[in-house]
Amino acid sequence: MSKIRQNPDQQSMQDPRQAQAPLVEGNRWRRYRITFMTLFSKEVMRFSRIWVQTILPSAITTTLYFVIFGRLIGDRIGPMEGLPYIDFIVPGLVLMAVITNAYSNVVSSFYSSKFSRYIEELLVSPAPNWIILAGYVSGGVARGLTVGIVVMIVAAFFTSLSIHNLAVTLLILLLTAILFALGGFINAVYANSFDDISIVPTFVLAPLTYLGGVFYSIDLLPEPWQTLSLANPILYMINAFRYGLLGVSDIPLGIAFSIIALFIVALGVYSLSLLQRGVGIKH
Amino acid sequence: MTALSVHRLNKTYGNGLQALQDVDLEVEAGDFFALLGPNGAGKSTLIGIITSLVRKSGGRVDVFGHDLDHEPQAVRANIGVVPQEFNFNLFLPVIEVVLNQAGYFGVPRKEARERAEMLLRKLDLWDRRETEMRLLSGGMKRRLMIARALVHRPRLVILDEPTAGVDIEIRRAMWGFMREINAGGTTIILTTHYLEEAESLCRHLAIIDQGRIQARSDIATLLGELHAETFVLNLKGRLGQLPDLGAFMIEHIDESTLEVQIDREHTLNGLFEALSHHGIEVLSLRNKQNRLEKLFLDRVDAGREAAR
Repeated sequence: MSKIRQNPDQQSMQDPRQAQAPLVEGNRWRRYRITFMTLFSKEVMRFSRIWVQTILPSAITTTLYFVIFGRLIGDRIGPMEGLPYIDFIVPGLVLMAVITNAYSNVVSSFYSSKFSRYIEELLVSPAPNWIILAGYVSGGVARGLTVGIVVMIVAAFFTSLSIHNLAVTLLILLLTAILFALGGFINAVYANSFDDISIVPTFVLAPLTYLGGVFYSIDLLPEPWQTLSLANPILYMINAFRYGLLGVSDIPLGIAFSIIALFIVALGVYSLSLLQRGVGIKH
Repeated sequence: MTALSVHRLNKTYGNGLQALQDVDLEVEAGDFFALLGPNGAGKSTLIGIITSLVRKSGGRVDVFGHDLDHEPQAVRANIGVVPQEFNFNLFLPVIEVVLNQAGYFGVPRKEARERAEMLLRKLDLWDRRETEMRLLSGGMKRRLMIARALVHRPRLVILDEPTAGVDIEIRRAMWGFMREINAGGTTIILTTHYLEEAESLCRHLAIIDQGRIQARSDIATLLGELHAETFVLNLKGRLGQLPDLGAFMIEHIDESTLEVQIDREHTLNGLFEALSHHGIEVLSLRNKQNRLEKLFLDRVDAGREAAR
């Protein structure tokens, strides 16, 4: 018995020289929207399906941080910048979860698509490079923000969490997620093995995050470490986010936003140039 | 109208390998075109450039009048490609693979769903639409790649060894399906190692070897160039001594099998008359070698000889 049905459908009755135009949406912006939404929902479905691996670990880790550093050790440390220590570390822990998840979502998703070659599904399509980038980055942002919200819910059980400035809080969350999603994308483009996608998070991101003032105010550091800390971009994000939540910051808000914006533009332009040149994905 | 026009296409890889050298090729709209060549000849590189998976080093590619350099999105919108190797997310269900591809091409969701259902039903995969890719058989994955390539209704479909590794039954059914979409007006470019497949399906062909087009012809004309064909005859009963069949070159394979070479000056009727004259009865006959295979090997050999 044949595995393919031979009964001709309506299309097979056409004149051989009269092939219908492709079904592709004619309006360019509508087409872009369809492509972007396809990529975005694919990415969201990807991390939602495996939520035990993608969402839950951050909630558990943060709970442990709150219990150990907040309750057990924090009470002995005393207040930091006039705040209870457990309250002081909330912004850093939330942002740490956002950074890690936005980054790892894009790096693992894009690298997997390279490794299994299903990135070709996109490369043969009319999707422009900026839509491809936006699709992957939006997936990373969605996971980063989802985990960020989960961590804030966890924090609400341990602290008297209040939001000092909602706009700053949301904007910093969003911009940080975008920045590290872009970082994950660049890592994935250059990665040649699954080992390569864990090197940057382990040896670059984790140290920068921990040294970015998650658990302390840089005012506590002696020179030259205090000045050196200013070279760490994560410091600016954590402090701006701390301002949004608690109203305190080691760094002026304007400088923090400028630096974050600068990094986003630089990484965005670089990511697009990688796609344009086909680095790591085209011969 | 020309579906595909390739002009002086060159590709040199980073390691210095010159995969394509001044390749010129035209495929008319509505054609069923075979691109033949031995392994490493440059077929996949050529297809890769046309489908935007490989960057060209020089030359020009036009698809339905759209220049790949200046209108890459229009070029890609018109092409559907079935690659040689599986390139799926193995953890996605069948229906999502097809719908995602439609989405990447910017096909509105409603049309995408209708088109996906039509194709999956036609390719006998509809009942498997919720099955994860990794659980499909090799033949099913091949059929799904065809559905995925067709979901945006491309005008040019490129099939890179679509029937590799599938059983004869499915291969024949896939041939029928390819004929059907070609009859609907879709231009098809096929690469295959099964020359019987090319002879059965295609109207025109090009032979590529060492990065150059060695021949470009319609299949009927090319087959007309065969000077002689060799047939294997299975005989009824056993044959002792070889008879003298005059102009026909004959060879004894075993007691009940003969091999006969017939040149273009003679016919099978003449052969059967001569055999009947000697009281030899034939049960069946077949070509010793696929006709296109012989021509293909001749052209490849001639091209390599000329290059020395």
